[in-house]
Amino acid sequence: MASKGKFHLIWPPAAVMAGLLLIWQIVTSTFNIEEWILPSPYAIGTEMQEAWPRLMEHTAATIRITLLGFGAGTAAGFVLAALLHFIPGARTALYPLLVLTQNIPLIVLGDLLVIWFGFGLMPKLILLVLVCFFPVCVSMLTGLRQADEKLVTYMRMIGASRSQLFWRLELPGSLSHLFTGLKIAASYCVISAIYAETIGSNVGLGVFIRLASNGWETSRVFAGIIMIVALSLLLFGLIAGIERLTLRWQVREEAAGQ
Amino acid sequence: MTKTVLELNGVSKIFPNGKKVKSVLSDISMHVQEGEFVSLIGPSGSGKSTLFRLIGGLEKPTAGEIRIEGGLVRGERGRVAYMPQQASLMPWLSVSRNIELALEIAGMERKQARQLALEWLERIGLAGERDAYPHTLSGGMQQRISFLRALLSPQQLMLLDEPFGALDALTRLHMQTWLLSLWEADRRSVLFVTHSIEEALLLSDRILVLSAAPATVVREIKVPFARPRSEELWKDPLFNELKLDIYSLLSPVQSPDPMK
Ligand SMILES: Nc1ncnc2c1ncn2[C@@H]1O[C@H](COP(=O)(O)OP(=O)(O)OP(=O)(O)O)[C@@H](O)[C@H]1O
Ligand SMILES: [Mg+2]
Repeated sequence: MASKGKFHLIWPPAAVMAGLLLIWQIVTSTFNIEEWILPSPYAIGTEMQEAWPRLMEHTAATIRITLLGFGAGTAAGFVLAALLHFIPGARTALYPLLVLTQNIPLIVLGDLLVIWFGFGLMPKLILLVLVCFFPVCVSMLTGLRQADEKLVTYMRMIGASRSQLFWRLELPGSLSHLFTGLKIAASYCVISAIYAETIGSNVGLGVFIRLASNGWETSRVFAGIIMIVALSLLLFGLIAGIERLTLRWQVREEAAGQ
Repeated sequence: MTKTVLELNGVSKIFPNGKKVKSVLSDISMHVQEGEFVSLIGPSGSGKSTLFRLIGGLEKPTAGEIRIEGGLVRGERGRVAYMPQQASLMPWLSVSRNIELALEIAGMERKQARQLALEWLERIGLAGERDAYPHTLSGGMQQRISFLRALLSPQQLMLLDEPFGALDALTRLHMQTWLLSLWEADRRSVLFVTHSIEEALLLSDRILVLSAAPATVVREIKVPFARPRSEELWKDPLFNELKLDIYSLLSPVQSPDPMK
């Protein structure tokens, strides 16, 4: 049953992808398009194979900065959401400031951070934290506020303390919101890590792609893009997997509802 | 001499309502003895749930005092076991974890809570559902779990707010006799809100009839039937006499809120 269901989910997008690649290959070879304009899938594959060790080196660097930034950023978002939820008035007072952090263009922010913190790990990490904390914080806050009123009344009647109310009701009740925030943060995080690498780094996929495009090595650029996409999907899939395990009750609730 | 578990003296509650005020409870005095089952019956919106919120410490009375086991309640919570109108089970916890949660919040050790929960689920024939999530259970079963959760809580006083109000008539009947048998085996002090006169007569030692808002106790009725009781009671002429008696107290002549 389960494997059949999974198969049904996987094969349509896989078939579409395969079809697109095929058309791409046919178009590039029949019209003799130059490789520096649009490389064929086959050329990209060959390029990936040749550059594999270096590609891996840069990918590893990108994974490291992505995970660091994602971890620190989402943790900051979580803690901040809890604090804003707990301290009366803090939410209203600080919410505009939170939104403000998202209104500074990443490019401007990157330059400023380099001016303030130099070219080390610090400016990149700060950039990623600023990108990742926001979706987690905002969706958590929404979840925490939406705790079921009748469950809150029940918990208070039987004498739950403020912290019991948080850990036993508000937090588990907002987990699906938290995961939504984590998934959005994951998608932004990889892209922002690539950008962060271009503002001051000598390793990472961002650097790899920039060097390749400066040298008109378009198939290398595509090889880099494929790694970025793979990385994003991996991180997203990882979180979705943890979500499925954590929210088993909800998966079943949805199934029962159908 | 039996101990008084709950005592209300001249309790009133007034809510601010825009520029005016809304008086919901007016000068209510009543008590529940140890091991006594007392029902509150009154028109919808008369303030029964508000009374529970005061006793539970979620709100403070405007006037008067509330004592639980002698201690004054002014905003102190956690002195009561509570069963709300809707089952209010945590959807992400299994049946047995839901019961354990209530016991742990009441201060019980995790291990002991688990043991007690499993033992009682077995006893009421729901051992097979212990790992099920609440939404997979019928409404009646959810209310059983909700009742068990209150019954196993260590507090002496149980507040049951219209626990069977949302159930269909047949399930409701089963639940009444089920609760009766459990309660008669382990007499806790119960304050029970209901809209059903039959239900109140079947279960209670005493019935307090409330008026429409602002609510006050208009009549106290001692229910004379011997225990253990069963549905056989319905054939008793006295049962019907009391029923009509209470019905007339609640009829639209006295209160603008017609009873269903
Ligand atoms: N916080 C509040 N502020 C203002 N009015 C309130 C508040 N809480 C309750 N009330 C009012 O008190 C009245 C009694 O409400 P309550 O829920 O206690 O009635 P009830 O007897 O439990 O009704 P039902 O039988 O339908 O459950 C209602 O008219 C309600 O509008
Ligand atoms: Mg009510």
